[in-house]
Amino acid sequence: MSANAVSTARGESGSFTYFAHDADIGIVGRGPAIESAFEQAARAMFAIMASLEQVRPVEAIEVAFDEADVELALVTWLNLILAETRSRGMVAAAFQVSQQGSRWLGRGSGERWRAGLDRGVEVKGATLTMLSVSERDGVWEARCVVDV
Amino acid sequence: MEMSKLRQIDEYCWTGADAPGRIRLYGSRELLEAMDNKVLEQITNVSRLPGLVGPAMTMPDAHWGYGFPIGGVAAFDPALGGIVSAGGVGFDISCGIRLLRTNLRWAEIAARAWELSEQLFDRIPAGVGEEGTLHLSMDELDEMLAGGARWAADRGFGALEEMEFVEEHGRMAGAEPASVSNLAKKRQRGEMGTLGSGNHYLEVQVVDRLFDAEVAAAYGLEVGQVVVSIHCGSRGLGHQIGSEFLVSMAKGAAGHGITLPDRELACAPIRSTEGRRYLGAMRAGVNCALANRQILAHLTREVFVGLFPGAQLEIMYDVSHNTCKEERHSVDGVERALFVHRKGATRALGPGDHRLPRRYRPAGQPVIIGGSMGTGSYILVGTAASEERALSSASHGAGRSMSRHAALKQWHGRQLVDELRGAGIVIRTKSMRGVAEEAPGAYKDVDVVAEVTERAGLARRVALLRPKICVKG
Repeated sequence: MSANAVSTARGESGSFTYFAHDADIGIVGRGPAIESAFEQAARAMFAIMASLEQVRPVEAIEVAFDEADVELALVTWLNLILAETRSRGMVAAAFQVSQQGSRWLGRGSGERWRAGLDRGVEVKGATLTMLSVSERDGVWEARCVVDV
Repeated sequence: MEMSKLRQIDEYCWTGADAPGRIRLYGSRELLEAMDNKVLEQITNVSRLPGLVGPAMTMPDAHWGYGFPIGGVAAFDPALGGIVSAGGVGFDISCGIRLLRTNLRWAEIAARAWELSEQLFDRIPAGVGEEGTLHLSMDELDEMLAGGARWAADRGFGALEEMEFVEEHGRMAGAEPASVSNLAKKRQRGEMGTLGSGNHYLEVQVVDRLFDAEVAAAYGLEVGQVVVSIHCGSRGLGHQIGSEFLVSMAKGAAGHGITLPDRELACAPIRSTEGRRYLGAMRAGVNCALANRQILAHLTREVFVGLFPGAQLEIMYDVSHNTCKEERHSVDGVERALFVHRKGATRALGPGDHRLPRRYRPAGQPVIIGGSMGTGSYILVGTAASEERALSSASHGAGRSMSRHAALKQWHGRQLVDELRGAGIVIRTKSMRGVAEEAPGAYKDVDVVAEVTERAGLARRVALLRPKICVKG
């Protein structure tokens, strides 16, 4: 099966989309910089779990880590923000990422799960499957399969 | 799958044309033809990992996973530099099915099906963002991770006497809570006694047909009887263990002299510090899953007894299908202690095995193939032949035949719920997206998978279960 994009949503800086995978879901974040591609990848992941437009940015979570390999940095970012939100019973919808060398700082804003939020399916984690971070013609793309 | 890349060994067993003997794929020609080429690519990559003993195998329900294919089985010998792989177990460590048999007949309770579904939906936390009522401290989490289902039974969730019917007798030895990160534990604090999401479910089913009356009697099953299947795993804790070790193993592989055919096959030598640390954490994850299903079974019992006084719900069996277990197997005439990865595959012990409950020992292990919410599930029995064929392993489910996104394009959740209601199946869910992704049509034909599992000599059919109420995550 080829990795076809099947849907797209636009964010403030960049966009996200999905590609097919038998058991799980492939996510793609795109943006003018690697940081915005990572932010959009997080939006793609959280959009599987909730309708992002319904999520209010009332609480923020910050994560920090060191990773020189940009592909592993993508997986680490996604898994850290996922774990930190879940451990607080939260869902996030807006993200900011910054990078200085191998140091990565990330922030997710959202709220605690509440009645009235449309629920999708839970993401267990980001995997190394079909993992890539690349730049072409000024557009950065960050992709991997997330386990649901 | 391109059949030209396979060589047929017998009617239901195939190997790679390029790597004969290194891989073995079980299934009918039709099932294999319908599988993605990635299944062959992934199991071939698994066969290149260090210390593999015997072939890397796929079960008839196999489909494309991450690293290992879902439905993959592979055994590694530590004495030969064998590895343990986080991807070979999966993120949902010890995901499995607990089947409860009741003393009720569907005809007796059918009139109250809607009420039963409401109460189950109310009591069983299901779906993304849902928390349980049990919140554990970090110390209590450590006790749970060491104690498994026995820990839960000690706290009033069920009884210790029923542990005989849970794999590992309710507690996996060798768990090391200290090898589980604080973040993984934090993720689990509110998730004990929750069902989760995706393909997880709690289903009230009726025994529809018996294939083997004698074994069914040994399992306490008869036509018309109500049973309950609980399909879930180790929740956020297991997911976090998987996430962390997948990355750390990928980074550390080269340091162990391991050249990964694909980074997603991240692994570490069993005898390395990293390998031992993962095994300790993974076993703690197994205990978390066993405790979780123990709590969910207790909540289910309370609902049934509240509605139907005198109802009895006993564990028929609790079996995991995402594990790595140390087992003794004889391969090519040599008995070895192997670490058997089963990712989306069920252990299927044959008759006489000392690990089985005394009641089931003459028959063999109950093997549970969970189907989709609209079709059915099967109970099979492990066979003596399965040991030689597949290290006593069998299929675990129907197996997806369509991606989640293709399913989303083809079905709408509300429409499916209504259609299934018309067919006499009540679906309760907070996620219509989840229902659409789990549409019965997105799965292989479970009847075919169960029959082929039997014809391939992996396990023998005992009973067919039809869904009546399904609480979806």
